[in-house]
Amino acid sequence: MFVLVVGGGKVGYYLTKELIEAGHEVVLMEKDRDRADQIADEIGSVVIPHDGCEGKYLGEAGCNRADIVAAVTGDDEDNLVICQMAKHHFDVPRTIARVNNPKNEELFKHLGVDELISPTRMILGSIEQDIPVHELLHLAALGEGELELIEAHLHGRSPAIGKSPSELQIPEGCSLFAVIRDGIATPLRPDMILREGDKVIAIGREDCEALLHDQLIGEPETAGAS
Amino acid sequence: MKTVIVGCGRVGAVLADNFDRSGHEVIVIDPSTRAFEKLPSTFGGSALRGDGTDEDTLRRAGAQDADIFIAMTEGDNRNVMAAQLALEALGAKRVIAKINDPVRAEAYADLGIATLCRTNLMSDAIDAYLGVPVAERPGILAPKGVHPGGEHHEATDVVGAAAAAPAVFNPAAGDAAGEPSTATTTREA
Repeated sequence: MFVLVVGGGKVGYYLTKELIEAGHEVVLMEKDRDRADQIADEIGSVVIPHDGCEGKYLGEAGCNRADIVAAVTGDDEDNLVICQMAKHHFDVPRTIARVNNPKNEELFKHLGVDELISPTRMILGSIEQDIPVHELLHLAALGEGELELIEAHLHGRSPAIGKSPSELQIPEGCSLFAVIRDGIATPLRPDMILREGDKVIAIGREDCEALLHDQLIGEPETAGAS
Repeated sequence: MKTVIVGCGRVGAVLADNFDRSGHEVIVIDPSTRAFEKLPSTFGGSALRGDGTDEDTLRRAGAQDADIFIAMTEGDNRNVMAAQLALEALGAKRVIAKINDPVRAEAYADLGIATLCRTNLMSDAIDAYLGVPVAERPGILAPKGVHPGGEHHEATDVVGAAAAAPAVFNPAAGDAAGEPSTATTTREA
């Protein structure tokens, strides 16, 4: 496979190295001549010291016979242009772009970039998985919109832990009707003892949300976690 | 008419002033507030500091549904991206991007954006002045195709509208004597 990598930063450098080790044919384009020389010293003469956004140099790098073009510079607009030029001007079958601003993902996809790698999105996704959700989650609005289906994640300091629904002061017009424990949903009986990690499903009027929050969530575990 | 200009360099500032004086609602965007010093004190449009390739910034600036969107920064790719954002996400009707690399200028005209290439413009002008045979090419490459992903019918409209383009500039242009030189550069599609 012939892969054209554009952008000789850390990502481009290691990508090129790995691809060579895996036995692929690789050309790396890096417009900063010093950086290009430095990489060439380390991994051999696979580096073209020119701007991969420039049509002329893309052509010289053999873009028209590339199987894959990977645009991994630090600038979204450059990566977009590299992929579009590769795709539409050089008929490259597969283009991959690094996207820094997650908001650009949709535009890039729409404009024909085949694959998007978003480091920002990946890190964001990982952080969101790690942070427990301590707030009430609105699942749906019911009726004319005055009723809400709400999910509450019970964290360790929730005042509801160790209690049964009958011991809680559930606001009027609100009912707790199910609990999701270990991925299994069961109807919430009045004598069932709530545990940490339970997800309680409630239905109620919008205005009882604050009371529900006091009963099921309590104070946030750490400041700023919500 | 709503006219958005991304990049308040020499050309961007002159265009902004011209459009403003001919009665357009003008929005100029540039990452540097110093760039706005090029605008005359009489400028009545809005000048906003920000990145013209950022969709949020463009929306905050009120750039959606522009009648005319011109990307004039120093970066070819920034212009390409701003122009495509305007066309694909912000509903701009006519879009022009400055692309100084002739290969990219042509490629993006094929993808539905009117492009303006300083390299071609200047070399043609010098050749013409010196009497060297000039390649017969327009100052602005009109969009030839639509983007494969896009379904924006505007691209074909633009070609048609280009013929009637001077009308855009005419209102109140009479009192501005210094205007024609820049206006003609962008006027002819």
